Amino acid sequence: MHIIDRRLNPRGKSLENRQRFLRRAKDAVQQAVRRSLQSRSIRDVLDGGEVSLPIGGMGEPSFRRAEGGITDHVLPGNRAFVEGDIIPRPPGQGAGRPKEAGQGDGEDGFRFVLTREEFLSVFLDDLELPELAKRRLSETEEMSPVRAGYSISGSPSNLSIDRTTRLAMMRRIALKRPKPAEIEVLQRQIEESEDEETRLALTAELKSLTDRIRRIPYVDPLDVRYRRFDNEPKPVAKAVMFCLMDVSGSMSEHMKDLAKRFYLLLYLFLSQRYEKVEIVFIRHTEKAEEVDEDTFFYGQATGGTLVSSALAAMRNIIAARFDPTEWNIYAAQASDGDNSYRDEGPAGHLLKHEILPLCQYFAYIEVDEEGGDSSISNSPLWRLYEGIRSGSATLAMRKVCRKNEIFPVFHDLFQKRSTQTKAVP
Amino acid sequence: MTQAAMQKDRLLFEGADWDFSTLQRIHDACEEIAIGELGLDVYPNQIEVITAEQMLDAYSSTGMPLFYRHWSFGKHFAHHEAFYRRGMRDLAYEIVINSSPCISYLMEENTATMQTLVIAHAAFGHNHFFKNNYLFKLWTDAEGILDYLDFAKGYIARCEERYGETAVERTLDAAHALMSHGVHRYAGKTRLDLRQEEKRLQERRAHEEQMFNDLWRTVPAGRKRDAADVDFERRRAALGLPQDNLLYFLEKSSPRLQPWQREILRIVRHVAQYFHPQRQTKVMNEGTATYVHYQIMNRLHDRGQISDGNYFEFLKSHTNVVFQPTYDDRRFSGFNPYAIGFAMMQDIERIVTDPTDEDREWFPDIAGRGDPMQVLRGIWADYRDESFISQFLSPHLIRKWRLFQLYDDPQISEGILVSAIHDERGYKRVRRQLAREYDIGWTDPRIDIVDVDLAGDRRLLLQHRAPNDWVLEDSETKQVLQHLADLWGYDVMLQEIDGAEKVVKEHSAHPREILHKGDLFS
Repeated sequence: MHIIDRRLNPRGKSLENRQRFLRRAKDAVQQAVRRSLQSRSIRDVLDGGEVSLPIGGMGEPSFRRAEGGITDHVLPGNRAFVEGDIIPRPPGQGAGRPKEAGQGDGEDGFRFVLTREEFLSVFLDDLELPELAKRRLSETEEMSPVRAGYSISGSPSNLSIDRTTRLAMMRRIALKRPKPAEIEVLQRQIEESEDEETRLALTAELKSLTDRIRRIPYVDPLDVRYRRFDNEPKPVAKAVMFCLMDVSGSMSEHMKDLAKRFYLLLYLFLSQRYEKVEIVFIRHTEKAEEVDEDTFFYGQATGGTLVSSALAAMRNIIAARFDPTEWNIYAAQASDGDNSYRDEGPAGHLLKHEILPLCQYFAYIEVDEEGGDSSISNSPLWRLYEGIRSGSATLAMRKVCRKNEIFPVFHDLFQKRSTQTKAVP
Repeated sequence: MTQAAMQKDRLLFEGADWDFSTLQRIHDACEEIAIGELGLDVYPNQIEVITAEQMLDAYSSTGMPLFYRHWSFGKHFAHHEAFYRRGMRDLAYEIVINSSPCISYLMEENTATMQTLVIAHAAFGHNHFFKNNYLFKLWTDAEGILDYLDFAKGYIARCEERYGETAVERTLDAAHALMSHGVHRYAGKTRLDLRQEEKRLQERRAHEEQMFNDLWRTVPAGRKRDAADVDFERRRAALGLPQDNLLYFLEKSSPRLQPWQREILRIVRHVAQYFHPQRQTKVMNEGTATYVHYQIMNRLHDRGQISDGNYFEFLKSHTNVVFQPTYDDRRFSGFNPYAIGFAMMQDIERIVTDPTDEDREWFPDIAGRGDPMQVLRGIWADYRDESFISQFLSPHLIRKWRLFQLYDDPQISEGILVSAIHDERGYKRVRRQLAREYDIGWTDPRIDIVDVDLAGDRRLLLQHRAPNDWVLEDSETKQVLQHLADLWGYDVMLQEIDGAEKVVKEHSAHPREILHKGDLFS
């Protein structure tokens, strides 16, 4: 009898099968992931987790009998029946044998647990930053090593053993290096030979062979080859995303939740997909401040509204840190659309003449109460931006009233487009 | 030494904790009883301790330690995992594999008592059954299965490399759909070699010459057979029709499959065949294992090797395992194979040791034979569920379980007829019907390939025997037929034939050309 402890075996034996299944069920998983977003709190979205999948489309059919027909059935636990009794069929159920409990378990759908990575990759599958890399590519190019044949010098870690031994063998064969077996045979012959003369001849031959072996090394420094790598420059596009959020008193909890959900998606999307994207968080009331992501998502602040303050802050940060000739600049602004009347002029001017020319893409999200109509808006800010938009294609505007509209809008704003079509709002 | 200390010394373990030396001790104690007292005959044991996640892994690839890759196993894994995570389902305590050495997986979470139970159940009960039951002897090769699966896994991985994952996946999908109809149900005749064939021919001719009698010529000949009939006969003979092993037929006769695709069909077929005996012996297999663990645990307790506390723990899980709710219970979901198997084994023990007059009348062969293990070992070797129940379900047990039979005919609008109960008139009928429910030849749809249109468009004709209006499920049948057509490469048609030889339904499918891309021109 053997006892084997398998607990330390590598985990994830069925990972491969699981991935194949996910690939096959991609569409269903995608829909399920998006559905699940609506019912989750902001923090939970980050953790992946269970989604519910319909089982159809991944069926494993087999020849099975349909319900119905004449059936006989044995059951345990008879209490009152005698032979010949007729039990009326339960109402609402057609002819057929009584449904057994537990049958059809998991037939119509099942819950499926995704890891965080799987969840996010499914979730962000077909999104990208529009017009990225249209600008000048970054000066500091990143190098990545690429295999480029073999070289005769290099570091020991790059030693190509198979190539080296192959060359050594070629050389040994070409130079007729004697094999150890030949020498052994010769030695045995010498031991066995009685005749002095032949023995001398054989000894001489043996000596020449051993000399030859000494002269022709098994592996010569000439044979040694190293794997060669070339450094290939990889163009890297630099991008920065500005997140501007209105946190003024007119924003209700519901609106803030919508706005935060939007930014969270944006944040997830950027941090998962683009390693080289800087994110700048700006929140504003009547004055704007740059904050870190924690404060941005979870901090409390309130006050009046001056949109121009946020735009000015963004302009200043661009001037200080992000040279527009090098950086692709994106912005997403979320607000309830309120702005003070005296601010309309400065905000419009700032956006039209200073921000938009620098930006690749500027997305404006207007959030409203649950019962609002997301197709029309009459807020001051919306009207102001509407006026500016006619002249530029980089400004996109959407209105969101309900949680379940967040993802479609987000998806709409950042879905992959062919390079020709502009980001039409 | 005091008596208490001596008692303590005899115990295999104390409390719930165990380590590997405990397992070894438990195994040896079980072995002593299983081999020495119960007279079991087992493959060498290999016990593997695994985690819950590994148990889930094993679940999803049909319990085998290694298996080829396919998305459907990932689906099963996800399914089991989701249930397990939400605490809706417990994992099995063990999985045992019909191989030599016989591998039993034990979960690391089990307590020492559970490990003892599991070792007794799997490593001796199931193990003995695998080694001795005629179905397993006939259809499975315990020594070879792991090597074969290793080959299969490697072969399919190489196919994926060479022909692409999609092509392999499609072939496997199609093969899996036909898996339930990819087994030989009867042991075929052994292939004759050609030399013997010639000898047989000569003998036959010699016999004919000896028996020649001119008188026969004067006997009026019957109607000459139609040329079409003769063609049909010849075609059937050449293709080995009718054939109920669909995968075998496709592997051997499908005109357009690549050699690697045939090999994949063969692999799937072999796997199906390997599991075929298990499907036919659920009740017996679990009954045997449960009976064996019950015997071993009791004897261990009698010898003082298990403490009273641990014995109670065992009794608790044992009763859970053999619990059979009645039909009107919320928990009822058909017969529990552990319960019915264990009850029948115990009932046989009773008949052998302490029979009533009724038992003597019903079971003259075994009643009062005195040695239950000898009788049971014989039964375990020579029966499958269907024959086991139809032979050994006793009136006593039918009464005890209060079994009754329902006859449900949609034509009878009043309701469902109670056609037999646990009385003198009903015993045999109830027993026959219950046995039938375990006969997969009866419960699985019977589908045969009957003809191929060799002269015309090569359409494959299948027939489903559908007595009692048991037609096939429509949408699934369409999908399976589609897979069948893809493998065959030409049209297929399935007729459903009722008890009166009338065609009641027809399904047909066109091949999609997804398995044969490009081979028309190659």
